[in-house]
Amino acid sequence: MTSAPIADGIYTDEVKRRLIGGREHATGRMVFPCPSGNDASRFDAVPLSRHGRVWSYTMQRFRPKSPPYRGPKEFVPFVMAYVELPEVIVATRLIAIDLQEVHIGLEVELCFVPLDPLAPERDLIHAFRPVAGAVSS
Amino acid sequence: MSVYIVGVGIHPFGRTEGISGLEQGVFAVRAALADAGLLWGDIQFAYGGSDASGNADTMVGALGQTGIPFINVSNGCATGGSALASARALILSGEFELGMALGFDKHPRGAFDPIPAQWSLPDWFGEAGYMLTTQFFANKIQRYMHMHGISSTTLGRVAEKAYANGVHAPHAWRRTPVDLETILNSQMVSDPLTKFMFCSPAEGAVALIIASEKRARQFTTPFIRIAAAAMRTRPPRSFEVFAPFIDIDRGGSSTNLASKAAFEAAGLGPRDIDVAQLQDTESGAEIMHMAENGFCQDGEQEQWIAEGRTLLSGQLPVNTDGGCLACGEPIGASGLRQVYENVMQLRGIAGARQVKNPKIAYSHVYGAPGVSTVTILER
Repeated sequence: MTSAPIADGIYTDEVKRRLIGGREHATGRMVFPCPSGNDASRFDAVPLSRHGRVWSYTMQRFRPKSPPYRGPKEFVPFVMAYVELPEVIVATRLIAIDLQEVHIGLEVELCFVPLDPLAPERDLIHAFRPVAGAVSS
Repeated sequence: MSVYIVGVGIHPFGRTEGISGLEQGVFAVRAALADAGLLWGDIQFAYGGSDASGNADTMVGALGQTGIPFINVSNGCATGGSALASARALILSGEFELGMALGFDKHPRGAFDPIPAQWSLPDWFGEAGYMLTTQFFANKIQRYMHMHGISSTTLGRVAEKAYANGVHAPHAWRRTPVDLETILNSQMVSDPLTKFMFCSPAEGAVALIIASEKRARQFTTPFIRIAAAAMRTRPPRSFEVFAPFIDIDRGGSSTNLASKAAFEAAGLGPRDIDVAQLQDTESGAEIMHMAENGFCQDGEQEQWIAEGRTLLSGQLPVNTDGGCLACGEPIGASGLRQVYENVMQLRGIAGARQVKNPKIAYSHVYGAPGVSTVTILER
């Protein structure tokens, strides 16, 4: 069973997926996600690095309102973070780590998780997890 | 030529069951008219708006169908400030002598629930659970604390001051003091910010009557001059509410731009300000906005707040009515509540929260997706 990303055009379609940023022709500025629609012609789609460092973070402790949130009814708090990649800083969640172990500068790598663990074939979203050895377990 | 505030009215902030946002707006308008000694029929034009509570111009049904131009403003957290800046500009144009700016709102309990498409964002950003203002504020202060040595105790002291000041403001929602320990140990909402460090969506309304210099001379209320009213959107490379990405090379903020524009227009600087109302969506925001508005350098807030410099008795009292933390945040009304409070302070009628003899007062509102309004009033 193949998992489907939560949206088209934001992740590469390869075994080790990557985020797709957009480099603006005029300025060289990198944005995420790569704009679609009328603005798309002003940007080049560029796969982003899979490794970065935590830039800042917080804990999402309550279930966001639906709509727009589409996660499971049974809410499990998650670490919401910004991760600095070599190209740009991206919004994400962190997995496989306790809040107490998260710190600014922590080395993390890209991974993908289902938004709803009970429906793993749908709504794959990006996340980051500590690189091996970055956190004592 | 200058523009003056000649009347102010407020509907108390908080929760008023059974009274709509529009009705609270009408209440504030009538209060402002009474304050100025005017009738609705005297008002030549109005700018007003809310984020979630309807069309301001429909108030003419209750106020009187005098046929005046009544322009609805929808500018998120800057709604009230934009209404005031626009109304002031219209008087400066010479077309009218007397007008009104108003803002009102009434939000349901709990966090705001914005829809991504209305903020020029892809649907997945909200579907994945990132469309929350709380996440932005928490991430911004978390990074700021790390970079500039701000402690959790300082976050707590800002909230403690807010509730202490709110006790003395009749229009405030939360009017009970909360001690530092309770604030620090209350439920964690979005780390590092606890429940008592966040403001809540609320209800309320504010109306201001403004006049040309010629018209203002006919009033007996103290002269309060609008020295500047500047609204700005975000510059490149800023970090704002609802951001799927941030530039590595950081730029400034909408607050930086609005503050700079207002100081330049007024011919004043941060040291000239006697009292300031700064956007305090949460206590970290007040701390960061002290620096973004130019009142101190990044990191100096730790010492400022330890020394009590932003208390009512300090060198720069900040959020003298308890700010958003004590008043709650009705989006459309919040920015004008700050101006209302500054008028109270400059008139010298702020009661137990009155600061000593202020001449120049500053207000700053900030909101998604990077809008800011700064006003400077002068007595």
